[in-house]
Amino acid sequence: MKLAEEFKKSFFVALWFMLLTFPIMVVQVNTIENVVIWRWHNIILSGLGSFLLSFCWQLFLRRKGHSTPAAQASASRLQHLMAEPRLYRPALIILALFALIFPFVFSHYQVNIMTTALIYVMLGLGLNIEVGLAGLLDLGYVAFYAVGAYSYALLNYHFGLGFWTALPVGALLAAFSGILVGFPVLRLRGDYLAIVTLAFAEIIRLVLENWNAFSFGPSGISNIPRPGFFGMALTPEQSAIYMYFLLIVLCLLTIFVIRRLQYSRIGRAWVALREDELACQAMGIDKTKAKLTAFALGATWAGMAGVLFAAKTTFINPASFTFLESAMILAIVVLGGMGSIPGVIIAALALILLPEYLRVFSDYRMILFGAALIMMMIFRPQGILADMRKKYEFHKMKDSRIN
Amino acid sequence: MLKLIDVETCYGNIRALKGISLNVAEGEIVSLIGANGAGKTTTLMTISGLVPISSGQIFFNNKRIEKTDPDKIVAAGISQAPEGRRIFPGLSVLENLEMGAFLRADQREIRKDMDYIFDLFPLLNKRRHQAGGTLSGGEQQMLAISRALMARPKLLLLDEPSLGLSPLMTNQIFEMIKKINSEQHMTIFLVEQNAYLALKLSHRGYVMENGFITLEGQAAALLTDNNVKKAYLGI
Repeated sequence: MKLAEEFKKSFFVALWFMLLTFPIMVVQVNTIENVVIWRWHNIILSGLGSFLLSFCWQLFLRRKGHSTPAAQASASRLQHLMAEPRLYRPALIILALFALIFPFVFSHYQVNIMTTALIYVMLGLGLNIEVGLAGLLDLGYVAFYAVGAYSYALLNYHFGLGFWTALPVGALLAAFSGILVGFPVLRLRGDYLAIVTLAFAEIIRLVLENWNAFSFGPSGISNIPRPGFFGMALTPEQSAIYMYFLLIVLCLLTIFVIRRLQYSRIGRAWVALREDELACQAMGIDKTKAKLTAFALGATWAGMAGVLFAAKTTFINPASFTFLESAMILAIVVLGGMGSIPGVIIAALALILLPEYLRVFSDYRMILFGAALIMMMIFRPQGILADMRKKYEFHKMKDSRIN
Repeated sequence: MLKLIDVETCYGNIRALKGISLNVAEGEIVSLIGANGAGKTTTLMTISGLVPISSGQIFFNNKRIEKTDPDKIVAAGISQAPEGRRIFPGLSVLENLEMGAFLRADQREIRKDMDYIFDLFPLLNKRRHQAGGTLSGGEQQMLAISRALMARPKLLLLDEPSLGLSPLMTNQIFEMIKKINSEQHMTIFLVEQNAYLALKLSHRGYVMENGFITLEGQAAALLTDNNVKKAYLGI
């Protein structure tokens, strides 16, 4: 009975697919000889293929429907395994060793893409403060990234500021711009907040693109110096390794700070803000302060990442700070699991490294990316590693009355 | 303890409170009853500073608080269990209670209060690690009241604790409110639609209609008042 139904469903899917792919799979126009070639065999192939895929998919979905509790149990088992100190300590040590020897074993190219991925780890963790912890959906996170990158580039160009001075300055300027966006959007939330932040990012990008006197427009700024190493001149290879270790250290710092923040007072205020704004205020939490600090602290990391990006590529222009970039960072946070630090790290590495290693499929990158997102929504809506908050245990005290 | 003088509150052009005055003395349970849209919740939100006041004065312990920020008002000792419970759905019962004690730093005292609350509502103790959103309506209401208590307020504002609860559960909640008042001498200002239960529980009461206070008096007197009987008690 069920099987016949699925058969029928798949049949219609195949029919629909054949219709959809008709123009690209069947019709081929030869513009030189002005003839149309009809490749009818292709429609049969696409029909058969989509029928089989759809049929398998539905069988799979049905089986998943039956075994949901077991699947969930295995997911939480994975998290319990992760929380087991006997397991995660050796894993961490192996990971640390791998990170240490990585640049000496692999090629210059590998080190470079790993460095880029680490920049995205920082960006993902920073956005995680805003989206994952405080629940402020920010679609314009790239604006802070741009502020950081341009503050290093411009300060260096005009005043000859070095990397190490520019790093905190860029972070500060980004934090300041975070507060700048924060003020007008204090009363907004959800979709409206997302729209305003999106607009803010576009404003920043358009200003950078059109204000030639200030930012050199679309041609960008080149010859940005790489960070110095105690005044020594480094070859490009050495400098790449140096950048790599710099980013490892900064990522560790980011993880440390964000972990501390997450379980601090302000972290709890953010969580309350995310869960329910009105109740959050009724608890005596200063909503304005909580929102502004979330924006400022989230932006700080983007600013630092921007400075690092400028120093790594030695050239920046507004094309690096488009909406697509914001969407990518947001995808990292959502895929990884909102609020979860290891999840965000895994997602950042996966989303940046996989396209590099799968260059063969580069034409289909966006299709695969979309498919992966849809799969995640169906099978793991909470992200790769959902956020597990610390559990507090209270034991009863002897005299338990308030007097 | 709490005194409102000629308080007006507007949402845009709509005047929700058209100049109301009331007072709550220490140790009392005072209830504010009225129909839908009379302005009861707005009154509570104005006291808590969650809705900006248009004119009038609010005194709490002889200090004016009508222009104070909501977080400062909580710090001053007014804590609210908002309408519709508004517990944090993704946080566990314990974490919800912890949020209630956000402004406090005295860990030992917080633990004591938590133990007291678990004595008061043993059901919450059973569900301490369960997410707030998975509790039943009655349990959520217990949690909302407990969360407000965790701030160790001098004045507790309760907004429709009977909302959406079965009569049995409502009775249970009201018993607890009475207990909190008598055991801890907690001053309670209660907003309710269930006029009969509210007045039975309270010492004094106010009746609200269309943004005005139309009647006030001892709760027992209001219960026998003919107008109240007709309009709210259905007798």
